[in-house]
Amino acid sequence: MSIDSSPPTRVVVVGNGMVGHRFVESLRARDEDGRHEVVVLAEERRPAYDRVRLSEWFDGTDLSLADLPGVEVRLGEPARALDLAARVVSTSDGEYRYDTLVLATGSYPFVPPVPGRDLAGCFTYRTVDDLAALAGYAAGRGTGIVVGGGLLGLEAANALHRLGVATHVVEFAPRLMPAQVDDAGGAMLRRHIEDLGLTVHTGRTASRITGTGEVSQVVFEDGGVLHADVVVFAAGVRPRDDLARAAGLTLGARGGVRVDEACRTSDPHVYAIGECAEIGGRVYGLVAPGYAMAEVVADRLLGGTATFPGGDTSTKLKLLGVDVASFGETAGPLDVTFTDPATRVYAKLVLSDDARTLLGGVLVGDASAYPTLRACLGGPLPGPPLSLLAPAGAGDPSGTGGLSGTAQICSCNAVTKDTIVAAIHDGCADVAAVKACTRAGTTCGSCVPLVKQLLAESGVAMPKALCEHFDASRRELFDIIRVRGIRTFSELVAAHGQGRGCDICKPVVASILASTGGGYILDGEQGALQDTNDHLLANIQRNGTYSVVPRIPGGEITPEKLITIGEVARDFRLYTKITGAQRIDLLGARVEQLPQIWRRLVDAGFESGHAYGKAVRTVKSCVGTTWCRYGVQDSVGLAIALELRYRGLRSPHKIKAAVSGCARECAEARSKDFGIIATDAGWNLYLGGNGGFRPRHAELFASDLDTESLVRYVDRFLMYYIRTADRLQRTAGWIEAMDGGLEHVRAVIVDDALGLAGELDAAMAEHVGSYVDEWRSTLDDPDRLGRFVSFVNAPDVPDPSIAFEVERGQPVPAGAGRQPVMLGVPR
Amino acid sequence: MTAAVVRETPAVAVEWTAACPYRCLEPERGVVALVGGVPVAVFRVHDGRVYALDNIDPFCGASVLARGIVGTRGDAPTVASPMHKHVFDLRTGRCLDDPEVVLRTYPVRLRDGLVEVGGLLQVGGLVEVSGQG
Repeated sequence: MSIDSSPPTRVVVVGNGMVGHRFVESLRARDEDGRHEVVVLAEERRPAYDRVRLSEWFDGTDLSLADLPGVEVRLGEPARALDLAARVVSTSDGEYRYDTLVLATGSYPFVPPVPGRDLAGCFTYRTVDDLAALAGYAAGRGTGIVVGGGLLGLEAANALHRLGVATHVVEFAPRLMPAQVDDAGGAMLRRHIEDLGLTVHTGRTASRITGTGEVSQVVFEDGGVLHADVVVFAAGVRPRDDLARAAGLTLGARGGVRVDEACRTSDPHVYAIGECAEIGGRVYGLVAPGYAMAEVVADRLLGGTATFPGGDTSTKLKLLGVDVASFGETAGPLDVTFTDPATRVYAKLVLSDDARTLLGGVLVGDASAYPTLRACLGGPLPGPPLSLLAPAGAGDPSGTGGLSGTAQICSCNAVTKDTIVAAIHDGCADVAAVKACTRAGTTCGSCVPLVKQLLAESGVAMPKALCEHFDASRRELFDIIRVRGIRTFSELVAAHGQGRGCDICKPVVASILASTGGGYILDGEQGALQDTNDHLLANIQRNGTYSVVPRIPGGEITPEKLITIGEVARDFRLYTKITGAQRIDLLGARVEQLPQIWRRLVDAGFESGHAYGKAVRTVKSCVGTTWCRYGVQDSVGLAIALELRYRGLRSPHKIKAAVSGCARECAEARSKDFGIIATDAGWNLYLGGNGGFRPRHAELFASDLDTESLVRYVDRFLMYYIRTADRLQRTAGWIEAMDGGLEHVRAVIVDDALGLAGELDAAMAEHVGSYVDEWRSTLDDPDRLGRFVSFVNAPDVPDPSIAFEVERGQPVPAGAGRQPVMLGVPR
Repeated sequence: MTAAVVRETPAVAVEWTAACPYRCLEPERGVVALVGGVPVAVFRVHDGRVYALDNIDPFCGASVLARGIVGTRGDAPTVASPMHKHVFDLRTGRCLDDPEVVLRTYPVRLRDGLVEVGGLLQVGGLVEVSGQG
C-alpha cells in the first residue's frame, strides 16, 4: 500500500467507541500533512462517549469525548456489509470506498440462552440507551436481579440499587469478579456488597425467566425461585465480528477478528482494534489494550513500524464504593496476603519463587498501593511485601527510586518511567505538562501520584518557584512581604510576579498576609485569595456542604456546652462525629445555615476551631494530675493555655499539638508537630511529629523545662516555621530539609545563633495580642454575611442538589461512597 | 462601576435571567445564580469581565464551582474547583487539566447595572462583559 502518494488516502473507521475515537484522535494529531481523510461510521446516534464511566450517566455526568475537527462522523449509520475486493463498506445510506479500513466495532453483551430472556423487563448494560431504558423501567419497581457478578454485573447492580430496587446479584462462578480476584478477595468484596444491603448468590445459574408479558420470576438450576420485576444481563461481552465474518476475514478460534502484531487482519487493507480484535490468541475487554492497538495502527498508517506491546489487564476501580484492583497474575509460586476483617481490607501479592519479583496482586477495600505496585510488575519490589500491603504503608511515597526505567507508570497509555523522566528533562515542569506530553495520567488517573513523585525527585523539574505566577519560593515571598510591607496580592503580583494568581499562590499569599499583618482574613482583596474553607470559615465536604468545628480547648468541655452542640446538631439536622483531636465535628451544613449555626454557638461561648485553616488546630491532652493517679503535671491546664495562646495562628500547613501528664503518653504527644510530656521536674518538648499520610514521631528537643521556657521555645519554633517553611510542608519535612536539621533549630531557638529570637518573640506577642474570633467578627458585620447564600438571585432557596439519607440514625450525603468510578471497560 | 462595554454573542432565543447587581460581584470570586432551575456560576475577573458556566464540578458532581479560586493560567482566566482543584478556562468551560471535559458556558449581559445570564436555549456562547470594574 502506498502511503506517500499525493492524493490523500481515505481511512474509514467502523465504530465510534472509545478505541475508535482514540485511533482517530491519534491519527489526526500525528498526520500533520493531512495525508489521510477520515470517515467514521457510528452505530449509536450519540457522539462518542466514555463507556468506562458509563454508570456516571445516572449522576448526569457528561460523558462526551472530545470533538474531532475535520473528521466526518456518520452517527446512527452502522456498517452493514464489507466488500474486501472492491474496498467498499456499505451502510443503509450509502457506500464508502476506503484505502484503509479500521474495524473498531467493540463488543456486544452476552445474554445466556435462557428461556424468557426476551420478556419485557429484561435488559443489557452496555450503552447509554441501555441505561436510559433500564432507568425508565426499573424506577419504583420492587426487586431486580443482575445475572453476572463480574465488573459489569456489579456496575449494573449498583445502578439498580441506586434506583431504589432491592437487588440480587447472581454469579455462576463460586466468587464475585472471578476474572479479576481470587477466592479470598471475592469473599471480602462480597462482605462489602452485602453490607450495602444487596444480596449475593454465587455458584448459581439462572435457568428460566418466567412471566406473562413481563418478567415476574427467575428460576435457578438448583430449583430455587426468586421473584423479580427486572432482570439485567451482565454476564460478559463477545466481540462483534459479524461484519468481518460475513466478508470472509479470518477470525479467532473463539471469535474476534484475528490480527497480527501490527493489528492487521487477513486482508492487508483492513485493521481491527479494541474488543473486536483477537491478538496473540486473546481478546481484550479493557480499554488500555484497545488504546495501545489504536496507537499501533495510527503509527503504521503514518509509515511507522509499531507493534502491539502486549495487553496490560491491570484494573483499578470502585464498585459500589469499594476499591478493587488487580494486576498481573492473581495466583503464583508465592503469595503474601494481608486480611483485616475489621476494615474489610484484603490484599495479596503474587511473587516469583525467590520472592524477589512481583508477578501480580489483588487489592480489595483499599487500593491505594495500586499505582506503586502495578508499576513494579515484573520487577523487584520496592520494599518488604507487608509494608507495601498494610494500609498504613501502602500510600508511602518512598517508591519511585526503586522502580526500573522500563516500569510502566501509566498502564492505560503504556508510559514508562523512562519516558516520563525524559519528558521532565525536556522541560515538563508539572503534572499538566507531563500529561500533555506523554498522555500519562490522562485516562484513569491512578498514576498521577507517581508522576508527581517523579517530578519531585527530579531536581530540574521542581524549582523553588511557587507556581507559574511567582518565581520565588514561599519563604522568599514571606521575606518580600514582610520586609517591604506589602499588604495586597495585587501589589505583590505586579511587582514580583505575573498573571493573576491561582489556587496555589493565592492561599499562600493570604496566609503570609495573615501572619505579617493580622486583621480579618476576608477583608478587602484578601477575601478573593482564600480557599473555600477559609472563605466560608468551614470545611467543604464531598457533596458541597460544610462542616463546623467549634474550638474545645484541650478537649475540656462543660455539660452545658455539650448540650448546646447537641441541640444545634439536632435543630439543623447535622451529622455529628467526635474527631481525633478531642472535639466535635458537625457535618452537612448548607452555606446559608453557617451563620445561623454560628450565632447559636457564639452565643453559648464557642469560638472558631480553625479546622478549615492551615493554622494551629488543637492541643490535645490527657486528664493529668487533676484526676489521674499517675499524672505528674497539670496537662489539661497547659494544653488549654497553649491552645488559647496559638489559636488562629496561620501557618504553611496545619499544626497539631498535645500535652501528656506523664510518660505513659496518653495524649499521643509524640505524633504532633509539637508535643509536651510531663516529667517530675517540668516538661519535655518534642518537635516535628505528625500522623496522617506519613506518620512520624516527634524528636526530643529539650528536657525538664519550666513552663516559661517551654512557651518561649514553642513560640519561636512556630514563628520560625511559619517564616521559613515551604507551602504545605509540615514541621517534620521542614526540619528534615533544613541544613543541620533539629540541631539547627535548636541553635536558632535556644542559642539565638541567627539573632532572630527577639523578632520571633515580638511576632508571637503581636499575634497573641491581636487575636479576635473570626466567627464573632463575621456575625457582627452584616456586610460579611453576604457571601453565605446558595443562590445570589434566590437567597431563600436551599441548594436542591444537596440530598441526605439516614445511616445509623444520622443524616449522610445521599449516595455517598456509592458512586462507581469504573476504570476498566466492562468485560 | 461605569460604562461597561457589553459584547453579546449572537444567540438563538436566549432567555435572560437576572443574577445580581454588578457591584455585588466581588472581584475574582464567583456567585451562583439559578438560571431556569440550573445552578450557574458567575465570575467577575480582575479586568471586570464576567463569565458564566455550569456550577456543577463534573469530576465530583457537587454544585461548587463558584466557590473556587479565580486566577489565570497563561492567558486564560481560570477557576480551580474547590473540591479537587481541577482548573477550568472561564472563556470556554474547558478543563485545562483534562481537556476532554468541557463545561457549558452561558452568555452574560449587563442591563441597568444588573448582570443577566442567558438561559439554556443558547448553547456554548462565549460570554463577555468587558468594562471598568
